[in-house]
Amino acid sequence: MRFINRHPGEGGRWLLSLLPLVLLLLVYGVASSLRLAENADDKLLPSAAQMVDAVKQMAFTEDERTGEILLWSDTAASLKRLFMGIGIAAMAGLCLGIAAGSFATLGATLSPLLAVLSMVPPLAILPILFIVFGLDELSKVMLIVIGIAPVLSRDLEHRAREIPVEVLVKAQTLGANSWTVVLRVVLPQLLSRLFVALRLMLGAAWLFLISAEAISATSGLGYRIFLVRRYMSMDIILPYVAWITLLAWAMDHALKVLNRRCFPWSEGAAR
Amino acid sequence: MSFIQVRNVWQRYGDQVVLEGLNLSVAEGEFCTLVGASGCGKSTFLRLLLGQELPSKGQLLLQGKPLAAEPDASRGVVFQRYSVFPHLSVLDNVAIGLELPCAPLLGRLFGARKRAAREAAAHMLQRVGLGHSMGKYPSQLSGGMQQRLAIAQALIVRPRMLLLDEPFGALDPGIRKDMHALLLELWRETRLTVFMVTHDLSEGFRLGTRLLVFDKVRADPQAPQAYGARITYDIPLNPGRASAAEAVASLPLQPAARALPPGRSRDLRVGP
Repeated sequence: MRFINRHPGEGGRWLLSLLPLVLLLLVYGVASSLRLAENADDKLLPSAAQMVDAVKQMAFTEDERTGEILLWSDTAASLKRLFMGIGIAAMAGLCLGIAAGSFATLGATLSPLLAVLSMVPPLAILPILFIVFGLDELSKVMLIVIGIAPVLSRDLEHRAREIPVEVLVKAQTLGANSWTVVLRVVLPQLLSRLFVALRLMLGAAWLFLISAEAISATSGLGYRIFLVRRYMSMDIILPYVAWITLLAWAMDHALKVLNRRCFPWSEGAAR
Repeated sequence: MSFIQVRNVWQRYGDQVVLEGLNLSVAEGEFCTLVGASGCGKSTFLRLLLGQELPSKGQLLLQGKPLAAEPDASRGVVFQRYSVFPHLSVLDNVAIGLELPCAPLLGRLFGARKRAAREAAAHMLQRVGLGHSMGKYPSQLSGGMQQRLAIAQALIVRPRMLLLDEPFGALDPGIRKDMHALLLELWRETRLTVFMVTHDLSEGFRLGTRLLVFDKVRADPQAPQAYGARITYDIPLNPGRASAAEAVASLPLQPAARALPPGRSRDLRVGP
């Protein structure tokens, strides 16, 4: 049978999806034990046992200086910034996207503006944010907002334009005014698209969060990683990266499930 | 006085003339079917009637007054596709037509008024044969059922005229026949003025009380866009049906029935 016509069974699919992960762990394990055999103090590729010790230290033991459990306080600080940034960006993106996509008059002003703004590299204006909003939480939240809101609003603007004109005309023949067309026809359809767009922007949101924390913060997952880098503590960095990945994946999955629950009619919910 | 009057209407896009010198007078309660070759301006004419476009020249009058320049609740419409709201259940797709005119701020009703709207919508859905799928979403319906829904949705606001743009163009012949029967029944009951664009000549002849043929009278082979279409044939059809509709319309009860406020369920008995 040709390769193109071959489909793995249920078990085969699991096996194939786990294969790269297992291989990766295997290569790491071998490389780590080889390096450690040569030099027991090597810090570059810590063994599993060393990482478990580090996780115990970070996630289950109170820090001597602050009395906090560092992993959890870092996670709380980071997630608070992330959720605030994503929440504000989603609201702004939704409003701007609907305004630019549904009303040609507003779109004439907003579309070019958003097109230009979304091209500004957010990290390039991070210094400006630090100067304007100070080194506190606000500038980190604003970096996430400025980083993802223009892209979100442009995406939603295009989605709003994709709504067939027939649907908008139909709503008007049923007695809707401009505002109620938006409220009952455009907004519900775009909410589902917002979830899809947010899932795609999650990676960028994390990128901006970690960047801002790396440069100026006193807590947070990104702050911790860049702090312990000074001591080459790969045994802490690697579990932290795994934890961030897990958090990001969980948020992506939650958005997917929510979309399917809230908008069962949407084709975007299936993806 | 005629119900709808079209006076010397032209429609141009750039230097392309689509319609030229259209004159037409339609009485209330007529069922006009519009036929003609592709691209000869039938759908353009329907969009003019709907208010989705403005004519380049000329006037469209409804009972002597110019038609509103944007779509409104006086003109119901069913398109070939995208006629229903994909994000609303079948029941809400119809109920929204009772909610929107009454709630200019929130676009929805609450409490007893919401229940009343849903009841009226359910009644209408029973009438078009969708009583058993009120909780479904449009994507779960077949093409024919979606068009039934679109018709129910258009009729619930009680428009003064119904505009149909190839509503059955994508349906199987068998389903199409059922839809014809339903449409004629509804037309008899509501005595609406109907304009229906169709590609199917036999459909045009079977349904209408008046068949309007759109075609180009003049053609310049060097400049095919220079001349637009006119109504070349205006054929009265099904005289029995037309006069029956007139007789029903002249009954004294009828204007009162039309004057009922929206939101109250309409009496939907099958007409004579």
